[in-house]
Amino acid sequence: MSEIATDLPRPQAASVVTEGGLVRGLLVTVAIVFLALFLVLPLVTVFVQAFAKGWDAYLAAFREPDALSAIRLTLITAAIAVPFNLVFGIAASWAIAKFEFTGKNLLVTLIDLPFSVSPVVSGLIYVLVFGSQGLLGPWLIEHDIQIIFALPGIVLATIFVTFPFVARQLIPLMQEQGTAEEEAALTLGASGWHAFRTVTLPNIRWGLLYSVLLCNARAMGEFGAVSVVSGHIRGLTNTLPLHVEILYNEYNFVASFAVASLLAGLALVTLGLKSLLEWRYAGDLAASGRRH
Amino acid sequence: MTGSTAIRVETLSKTFDTAAVLHDLSLDVRAGELLALLGPSGSGKTTLLRIIAGLDFPDRGRIVFGAEDATRLPVQQRAVGFVFQHYALFKHMTVADNIAYGLNARKRADRPGKSEIKRRVGDLLDLIKLSGFADRYPSQLSGGQRQRIALARALAVEPRVLLLDEPFGALDAQVRKDLRRWLREIHDRTGQTTIFVTHDQDEALELSDRVAVLAKGRLEQIGTPDEVQEAPVSSTVLKFLGDTIEVEAIAQGGEVRVEGRLTPVTAPAGLVGPVKLYARPWQLQFAESHEAHLHGTVRSSYRSQGRQRIEVDRPEGKTVVVEASDTARLPAGRAVGLRILAGHVFAG
Ligand SMILES: Nc1ncnc2c1ncn2[C@@H]1O[C@H](COP(=O)(O)OP(=O)(O)OP(=O)(O)O)[C@@H](O)[C@H]1O
Ligand SMILES: [Mg+2]
Repeated sequence: MSEIATDLPRPQAASVVTEGGLVRGLLVTVAIVFLALFLVLPLVTVFVQAFAKGWDAYLAAFREPDALSAIRLTLITAAIAVPFNLVFGIAASWAIAKFEFTGKNLLVTLIDLPFSVSPVVSGLIYVLVFGSQGLLGPWLIEHDIQIIFALPGIVLATIFVTFPFVARQLIPLMQEQGTAEEEAALTLGASGWHAFRTVTLPNIRWGLLYSVLLCNARAMGEFGAVSVVSGHIRGLTNTLPLHVEILYNEYNFVASFAVASLLAGLALVTLGLKSLLEWRYAGDLAASGRRH
Repeated sequence: MTGSTAIRVETLSKTFDTAAVLHDLSLDVRAGELLALLGPSGSGKTTLLRIIAGLDFPDRGRIVFGAEDATRLPVQQRAVGFVFQHYALFKHMTVADNIAYGLNARKRADRPGKSEIKRRVGDLLDLIKLSGFADRYPSQLSGGQRQRIALARALAVEPRVLLLDEPFGALDAQVRKDLRRWLREIHDRTGQTTIFVTHDQDEALELSDRVAVLAKGRLEQIGTPDEVQEAPVSSTVLKFLGDTIEVEAIAQGGEVRVEGRLTPVTAPAGLVGPVKLYARPWQLQFAESHEAHLHGTVRSSYRSQGRQRIEVDRPEGKTVVVEASDTARLPAGRAVGLRILAGHVFAG
C-alpha cells in the first residue's frame, strides 16, 4: 500500500492537522509568550531579586539560624517522607499490578485522593485528628506526644500530599510487565525476595528513580498542607517554603528571594534530571513506550 | 528409557471464580517420556501445567512427584523447568546471566563455584547451538533464539521435569518446524521427562512419545500418537486430530451401513441403531454410482500441502471434503459418487 502511495503526488501540506503558516506562527507565538510570561519571567525574577544587593546579602540570608533550621527541617522531612512513599508506592503498585483482589478499584481511587484534595484540606484533616481539640488530642496530650505543630505532623502532611507520585508511575509500568519474569524466577528456585531484587526492581528502576525525583521535589516544596500543621514556629517548625513566606511578609525581600532561589534551583535540577531520564530511558519509563 | 511414573496427577479439579476449568483430571507421566498435552483453546492445558509447576494450586486432587506428595509444595522446591510461550527472559540480563540465574539463586552452600557455573553455561550454550551469544541481551536475539535460551535456562537447574507451554506458539511456521525437530533431538540426548503443551495436532503427533488429549477440562484420551490416531475413543478426539467428514449411518450386528449400503467400517459391540460415521478426507474415494455410499456434486477443488482436495455438496446440504491423488480434473457441478474406505463410528 505504501508503495503505491509514494508513486502518487503527495497531497498538499494542508492536510487535516496542518494549519496554514499564519495560524501556525500565531499559535507558536502565543505559546512562547505565555511560557515567558508565566514561567520564565517569575523564575528570572526570583534570582534577580535574590541577588539585588549582591553576593554578600544573598549569602547572609543563609547564615541566619532560622534559615539553617528551615533547611534542616525540610531535609529531614523529605528524608522521611520520600523513602516512606517509595516503599508504600512499590508495595501498592505491586499489589495492584500483579494480584486480583476485591477493593482494588477503591485502592486505586484512594491513591489518587491527594491529587484531588486541596493541600490545605489535607492539612486540616490532620489538625482535626491529632490537634489538641481533635479526635485523638486528649489521649496524645495525656501521653505527652506532640504531632501537630511539630515534626511528626509536618512529615505526615508531606507523606499525604506526595504519596501518589511513586504508585502512579509504577502501576502502569508493572501492569505492562506482567508476572511472567517473576514466575520464571520462582520456577528457577528463587525466593520471592530474591526474585523481587533481581527481576522486578531492575525492570522498574528508571521509572522508580523518575518518580522519586518528582516526589522529592514536591516533598521539599509543599506549602499548603504543611502550613496548616506547622504552626510557623520560627527555628522549629518552619520548612523552606514557610520560611520564604515569613521573610516576605516581613518585607525582607532579598532574604526571602534568596531562600526561594534554593527551591527554584531544586526545581531546575529536578527538571534537568527528569528530562535526562525521559530522553535516555523513555522505553523503561512509560508502559505505552515499550516495544513488547 | 521411559519407565516408572515420574508425575502422577490425581483427580485434579480447579475452578476460577465460577468457571470450572479442570474436572477430576487424572494422568500419569512416565519418567523420561515426552508427553504432549493437546487440546483446543481454553481446554485447561496451561492451567494443568501451572498446577504441576506450583504456579497455581488445585481446589481438589493431588500432584505426586515420584513418591512425594507435591500438591502443597511451593514452586521453588518443585525443581521444575518451565518454558513460557513468550519466553519470559530477564530483559536486563545477558544470555549467560539468564542461563545462570537458577544456579546463582541457590543458597551459598548449594551454589556451584563461579568457574563451575561458567562451565555449565558454556555446555548449555553448546547444547542449544548458541555458543557465541553469551554476552548478548535478549532484545538482540530472534524469537527462535530467545526460546532456545529459555530452554537452556530451564535445563540449567537440572529439573526433574521440563514443562513447556506452547513454546513455539509465537514463532512462524518454518522456525516452528526446525525447533520441533531440535527439541526432539535434545530430548533424546538428555532423556529429560518433558510435558509439552500445544494446540497444534501435527506438532503433538510428530514430536511426542504419548499424547494426552484434553477437552473442556477433562482428559479424553492418552496414548501413543498411533493409538490416538488409529483408535480414538471419542468423536471429540477424532475431530480434534484432523479434518473429518461426518455421515449419518446405521449400525447393526457390528456392521455399518450408509444410505442402506454396507461399509467396510465395523461398529463396536453394543453400538446399535443410528450412529455417526467419521472419516478422514483420504478415507473416501470417487466411485461409480452403484457402489457409492454418498452422492453429490462437485463444488470446487483446491490444493492443500501438495494434495488435491475436492469439496462435494451432498443433497441434504452438507459439504464433504475428499482427498484424492488420482483425480482427473473434476469440473464444478459434476455429479459424483463417493465410497467410504475406512472410518470410525460413535453414537450420534
Ligand atoms: N487466572 C484466571 N482467572 C480466571 N479464569 C482463568 C484464569 N486462567 C485461566 N482461566 C480460564 O480457564 C480456562 C482454561 O484456560 P487455560 O489457559 O488453561 O486454557 P488453555 O488450554 O491453555 O488454552 P490456550 O490454548 O488458549 O492457551 C479458560 O476458559 C480461561 O478463561
Ligand atoms: Mg494456554
